[in-house]
Amino acid sequence: MTDVTPDKIVSPVKEDTPVALQRRKLIAQGAIWAFIVVELIFFSVAGEYLSVSDKAFMDFENMLLLLKQSAPIGIIALGMTIIMINGNIDLSVGATYALAAIVLLDSMTWPWMQALGDSAIPLAWGLALLTGMALGAINGLLVWKTGVDAFIVTLGSMLGFRGLVFMYNGEQPTSHLNWTLVDFAEARFLGLHTATWFLLGVALLLWLLMTRTVHGRNAYAIGNNREAAVNAGIRVGPHMMINFMIIGFLAALSAVVFYSESGSVNPNDGMLFELWAITAVVLGGTKLTGGYGSVVATLGGVIAIQLLRKGLGHIGADTQTVNLVIGLILIAVLFLDRQLNRKGKQELRT
Amino acid sequence: MTDDVRDPRPVLRLEGIVKTFPGVRALDGVALSVLAGEVHALMGENGAGKSTLMKVLGGLHQPDEGTIYIAERPVKMTSPMHAKAEGVVFIHQELSLADELTVAENIFLGALPRKSLGRVDWARLYGDTDRILSRLNVGFDAKTRVGDLSIANQQMVEIARALTVDPRAVIFDEPTASLTDAEKVVLFEVIADLQARGVGVIYISHRMEEIFRITDRITVLRDGQYRGTLNTAETNEEEVTQLMIGRSLDLSRNASHHELGEIALEVRGLSCGKLFHDVDFHVRRGEVLGFYGLVGAGRTEIAETLFGLREPSAGEILLNGESVRIASPQDAIARGISLVPEDRKGQGLVLGMNCRDNMTLPQVGALRSGPFVSGGAEVEIFDKYHKKLDIRTPGWRQTVGNLSGGNQQKIVIGKWLSMHPEVLIVDEPTRGIDVGSKSEIHNLIRDLAAQGYAVIVISSEMPEVLHVSDRIVAMFSGQVMRTFTSEEVTEDSLIQAISGIEPGRAA
Amino acid sequence: MADMTRERIGGLLARQGILIAFVAFMIVFALANPRFIAVDNILGVVRSTAILGVIALGVTFVVIGGNLDLSVGSMMSFSTIVVLDLHDKIGPALAIPAMFALTLGLGAFIGFLVGYLKLNSLIVTLGMLSAIHGLTLTWSGGKNMDIADKEGTWFSVFGQGSVLGLPVPILIFALLAVVLSLLLSRTPFGRKVYAVGGNGTAAVFSGIPRARVVFLTYLVSSGCVAVAGLLQASRSLGSQNTVGQGLELEVLAAVILGGASLLGGSGTVFKTVIGVLILGFIQNGLLLMGLAFYVQYVVTWVIIVLAVWLDVAAKRGRLLSPIA
Repeated sequence: MTDVTPDKIVSPVKEDTPVALQRRKLIAQGAIWAFIVVELIFFSVAGEYLSVSDKAFMDFENMLLLLKQSAPIGIIALGMTIIMINGNIDLSVGATYALAAIVLLDSMTWPWMQALGDSAIPLAWGLALLTGMALGAINGLLVWKTGVDAFIVTLGSMLGFRGLVFMYNGEQPTSHLNWTLVDFAEARFLGLHTATWFLLGVALLLWLLMTRTVHGRNAYAIGNNREAAVNAGIRVGPHMMINFMIIGFLAALSAVVFYSESGSVNPNDGMLFELWAITAVVLGGTKLTGGYGSVVATLGGVIAIQLLRKGLGHIGADTQTVNLVIGLILIAVLFLDRQLNRKGKQELRT
Repeated sequence: MTDDVRDPRPVLRLEGIVKTFPGVRALDGVALSVLAGEVHALMGENGAGKSTLMKVLGGLHQPDEGTIYIAERPVKMTSPMHAKAEGVVFIHQELSLADELTVAENIFLGALPRKSLGRVDWARLYGDTDRILSRLNVGFDAKTRVGDLSIANQQMVEIARALTVDPRAVIFDEPTASLTDAEKVVLFEVIADLQARGVGVIYISHRMEEIFRITDRITVLRDGQYRGTLNTAETNEEEVTQLMIGRSLDLSRNASHHELGEIALEVRGLSCGKLFHDVDFHVRRGEVLGFYGLVGAGRTEIAETLFGLREPSAGEILLNGESVRIASPQDAIARGISLVPEDRKGQGLVLGMNCRDNMTLPQVGALRSGPFVSGGAEVEIFDKYHKKLDIRTPGWRQTVGNLSGGNQQKIVIGKWLSMHPEVLIVDEPTRGIDVGSKSEIHNLIRDLAAQGYAVIVISSEMPEVLHVSDRIVAMFSGQVMRTFTSEEVTEDSLIQAISGIEPGRAA
Repeated sequence: MADMTRERIGGLLARQGILIAFVAFMIVFALANPRFIAVDNILGVVRSTAILGVIALGVTFVVIGGNLDLSVGSMMSFSTIVVLDLHDKIGPALAIPAMFALTLGLGAFIGFLVGYLKLNSLIVTLGMLSAIHGLTLTWSGGKNMDIADKEGTWFSVFGQGSVLGLPVPILIFALLAVVLSLLLSRTPFGRKVYAVGGNGTAAVFSGIPRARVVFLTYLVSSGCVAVAGLLQASRSLGSQNTVGQGLELEVLAAVILGGASLLGGSGTVFKTVIGVLILGFIQNGLLLMGLAFYVQYVVTWVIIVLAVWLDVAAKRGRLLSPIA
């Protein structure tokens, strides 16, 4: 056999330069924030000519309110991010949200709970959050033990949990208004509403979880290349289970934050929340296939959607058009993402 | 079998391994002994039991009988993690890396160092990684995203992962499948380094050239049975092949003895972006034109362009002397160009479909009676090529995914023959196919040429190209370096041509 | 040989499990309450599932082609509202083809995005779910849509009429099921759908125009949605904007229950019909037992997870997943 002299062969190995790589990453991660800036500018300028109200769009109070309103879907979307990074999906969060809300409000009407006075509140919160975690655990356990795809499992539990919601109180709304709770929910600390603090707090904790802990890094690895993770001895099942419990907990937390203030839950509440949450996550750039994404970018996605809602209202567009615009923007983002990623690569015409 | 002169203590020894699956005796008393500081080749046809044996060694299968000894101590392997803890590590054929994570995270995948509260100890992670990477002398650092590395460097990450434990034995499973020759050299240096440190290396490959270049001993399996262990220095390809298949494989030169016909396909100045440029060649009816070159030299891309899967940026394609534009595979098929693609499972077959439906897929639109597909006509086609190509399958209802590689490849070839093409392009005709089926496919290609087909064969295996081709196009870095006739070609001149060394200046 | 028998039984269960489960299920309910298998009850169930069923037939094509369609519920609301609105404006004879054209247009748009632009179908149809909902609201101005003269229109024949004692929705569902079953299982197009869903790359390398095939599956799907919208509008002669809300996931449940893999390449129209009927009969059986409608949600949950679990388990040969 003839030996090939290595130094005479031009090796085709060529790595991207770090600078080019970093620039690409910056674009990918900064895109959602750039989009938010564009929205702000657009609605401010357009608002000057079209606004139905006299107030400026970029009004500080207005922005704070926007953050508060983003919280219910936002908290769920943050949880959805780690589920999707892990390579799964959860379609049952809307139903979990409703069931946790019912547990929260109903438990406070139980005689022995009422006897406790205001100290029933943390107990009611605890019960609601436990409910969410238990439902998440059911999803996680099913995905883990049966090996059925999370899409199917949670599609099923979306129906099943909703059934439980109805079984609880029929088609009647469940109501209980506790003024201490309302005060808490409406309180503001350093200018921000309670709900906003929860949203930001959850974002911070999940960011730390996903970037700093072994669980978070393993969750990325599992979503990125499940077989490799299994071969490396990572216990895929428990990690997925923990993430499902976290999103269940967060769906319940979202309910706790929202219903403490509103005090009444309809059995249909929370429907389509899963779809809004997924929309926010995808706008933030998290990959559906798993292994790539960022909690912070999802926060951006959530704010971008809420800005769009408010902004369209501000310039006097029908509320109906909001759905249309968000849907089309989602598709446009997908299209742009693909075009950017494809640039420079020579693909097959398939 | 042989007396060994090196360190006589085996780091790893398998004895009398038996493993049965329902209806199959996959391993039947297999023995393997790897010494410290030795590179030991494990060879055998597909289905000979190599991968089952490695799964037993890796703790994925439990043997029915037999014992695994690590440093002469019997060990019951229970899981891949257990195997790793015993110092037995695998470098897999398919890379098992998480490409969104960093080099360091991949190397310590599943074993990230922890601090309190489940936090990752980054300082220790990067420190440990740097230490391992410096041993391998690589040109990337611990914080690089793995997806940004070349395939060869990704393989280095896999190897680095093996070094996180102090390995006793490292198993390389077809490690060079997607490496260029330059990258192979680096890999072999790493293997030599492991060897020098007293690690036992098991090297699984089909490539004789590499086996004879780097291994010390060769153990051969056939049909789940141990066939013997040879000292590499004292044996040759024929002997090994004979052990593997029970007879020798004919790889003699094989130019056509029949008259060649008209030029069926001619390509002038064909270019496609950076992939290849100014490519000229032609192929006649009754001729086999071989394409040889390194991975990434642009051979497959030319085939894809001819098949309408890529848009050429310049140049001309002439079919039977007439300039044509091929905008899609449908166009190519209509003009009589067929492509047997290199990735059989990914591109050639719908694995979940049955044999018949796979074979008739390109013409299913034409096999109609009324609005419906004519099942009768389909079965007729299947039966014809079933016999003609000697496809071993219980019947057309068999799911293609259940067939062996060789029979799968025959289904793909049958699929295109049934379209009666003018030009048949076969990309890597025998990749991943066992030796016995290889020669069948080689004969088939020669037969097709004899029947008047114009055949283009793309291959990375030099013996194969030399064996089946009438002429050979040597490619380097997207360019045709030289076209050889089978009389004038030599192994040396071919290697020089595909290495970018200009003829005449070659030593 | 015990192995062989077990394998054969396992194989049979994997292939026909859903049919066996269906028959067993019917027997149990029939024993519990003989009224369950009375002809009028059965007809009632089939009739009430016809709308869901018609949509599921179309979605079967999309799923076998390897994609998802989450926009069908929202799209059905659209076609229902549009045909009701146009009914009074241009008359039913023109309203129906106009509605079909618009709905097929939406399907073509989705098909273009997923087929030709190769965008992820889950996100595209999620976006379209929202966008079409917005479109519907814009069309109707957010108000409920009602036909002015509910007594005097022949339009009600599709949802309320009957031929030879059989309700028209059942006939339409059955006819569509037969036609689409033939289309999928016997024609070259159907074969191509399986190939594209089974291995899209191999299909392209076999000269199958993947993009066009995917595009056509969405046309089939939106065509079915248009039929369902027609049935819905004709049955109620008035509608809310959200009439189809949540239907996409119920439809998907039926298709999956029928045994189609979400990965594409497997499933049949017949099995989808069984899946739809199971969902319908569960609801009905529970109602006959005096249980509220929402109990069916829980039962459906259990059945879907169980069905897919057994299917997966039969393929891997063990009940519990080997995931650590």
